[in-house]
Amino acid sequence: MPLLQPLGRTFLGGLEAIGRVALFTLRAVLMAVQPPYYPRLILKQMIEIGYYSLPVVGMTAIFTGMVLALQTYTGFSRFNAETAIPNVVVISITRELGPVLAGLMVAGRIGAAMAAELGTMRVTEQIDALTTLSTNPFKYLIAPRLIAGLTMLPVLVAVADVIGIFGGYLVSIYKLGFNPGTYLANTVEFVEFLDIFSGLVKAGVFGFIISLMGCYHGFSSRGGAQGVGKATTNAVVTASILILISNYIVTELFFSR
Amino acid sequence: MSGDLKIKVRGLCKSFGRKVVLNDLDLDVPKGQSLVVIGGSGSGKSVLIKCIIGLMKPEKGSIEIDGQEVLGMSAAEREEVMRKFGMLFQGGALFDSLPVWENVAFGLIAGRGAKRREAKEIALRKLGAVGLSPEVGELYPAELSGGMQKRVSLARAIAAEPEIIFFDEPTTGLDPIMSQVINELIKKCVDDLGATALSITHDMHSLRVIADRAAMIYDGRIIWNGDAGEIDHSGNPYVEQFVQGRSEGPIKMPVRHL
Repeated sequence: MPLLQPLGRTFLGGLEAIGRVALFTLRAVLMAVQPPYYPRLILKQMIEIGYYSLPVVGMTAIFTGMVLALQTYTGFSRFNAETAIPNVVVISITRELGPVLAGLMVAGRIGAAMAAELGTMRVTEQIDALTTLSTNPFKYLIAPRLIAGLTMLPVLVAVADVIGIFGGYLVSIYKLGFNPGTYLANTVEFVEFLDIFSGLVKAGVFGFIISLMGCYHGFSSRGGAQGVGKATTNAVVTASILILISNYIVTELFFSR
Repeated sequence: MSGDLKIKVRGLCKSFGRKVVLNDLDLDVPKGQSLVVIGGSGSGKSVLIKCIIGLMKPEKGSIEIDGQEVLGMSAAEREEVMRKFGMLFQGGALFDSLPVWENVAFGLIAGRGAKRREAKEIALRKLGAVGLSPEVGELYPAELSGGMQKRVSLARAIAAEPEIIFFDEPTTGLDPIMSQVINELIKKCVDDLGATALSITHDMHSLRVIADRAAMIYDGRIIWNGDAGEIDHSGNPYVEQFVQGRSEGPIKMPVRHL
């Protein structure tokens, strides 16, 4: 009995948390599609997520592409299959590494910032103040962040794809001695629309998850500085885990036979 | 009687877990008057004001604004009622991402769709009304002192010329001179607008300046109410202990000996 009690409590607590997130998501989406809209705030969030995340996402992508080419060469040279390197690089980057790594990096940068900002607004009564000023906090704070996350992550991932492939190209040409023309021709010939499209769909899903978790944890934070710190940690951890889980689900939907 | 009342609260109950904060509370705020509710820390003052504004949902009871029941209203109806309200928060609750003038004009721009230029003019006029120059309008809240932040918050509360203004501990954390400045500004702004005011405080000096009527909350209920001038001769032992600031009396503070 003493063993079952905490187990049951944890299970019920988990269900309760899922219910709270589901209701929050439903309310956020409903509010996002209803006027009034705040284009100025949406643009601000788009710049924050899209433009200011470019350096970190770009750095991640270029080194990932470079390492990928190097490691693939080490493995494939044992089977005299070096010519498959451009194919492996482009498929890996567009389908998986581009969206997942960009998603995780943005979760750390943007998810944490959203949770900290909204959490501070919550504990300093700024969110209550919004309500007293006839402004719906869901429309004013949450909707712009969700829209910006959903739209800007695919843009970021598209850029990351190009940079990542370029990273693989650099290593292949200058270190492994590939012919530039052949490398590019192989890359273009091998990649399919679905490879890129599935990656961009994943990016949209990840962007939504990052904004949702940042907003949810920030909005629900309680108890001063400690509460805000906890909200920030939870936002990054839950967004990262959900990115990995949803990555598998979207991959199944696109590529399962 | 209900026609003369701006706010009418009946049988309000609110608890957090097992802790009962408001226990069958009744309160009347007559139209055009300034009512100050006093009470110790944790007595339920803030919860009362948050329930009336709609930031918290009570478990039971009735809240009428202008004779209209507000509990159970739809979100759109609630937003309409909210337009009658202005609120000065204890900590100011200024938006730190916006400059001062935009804070003051926020309700006009985001809540009522006013044009930014017109809203800015109104905001600068309201800042002038609380003794702040137009240059302050371009600063950010973090660049202001506590007293200035309270004044900006007051300007924001009155910017849309609300019918009812709520003041949550308006002088907490201020020095006595700045407290008096804020009290006098509150009195002037409420009188100029002809608004109804509901304040909560534990500052007796504040009560003496801004209140027409006073009430005391204890143990989740209003245990006394009357004209502000009567508070020193209320005949209620709880009120007398609070007003005189005595540690001995019917109100017991749980203090552990060292």
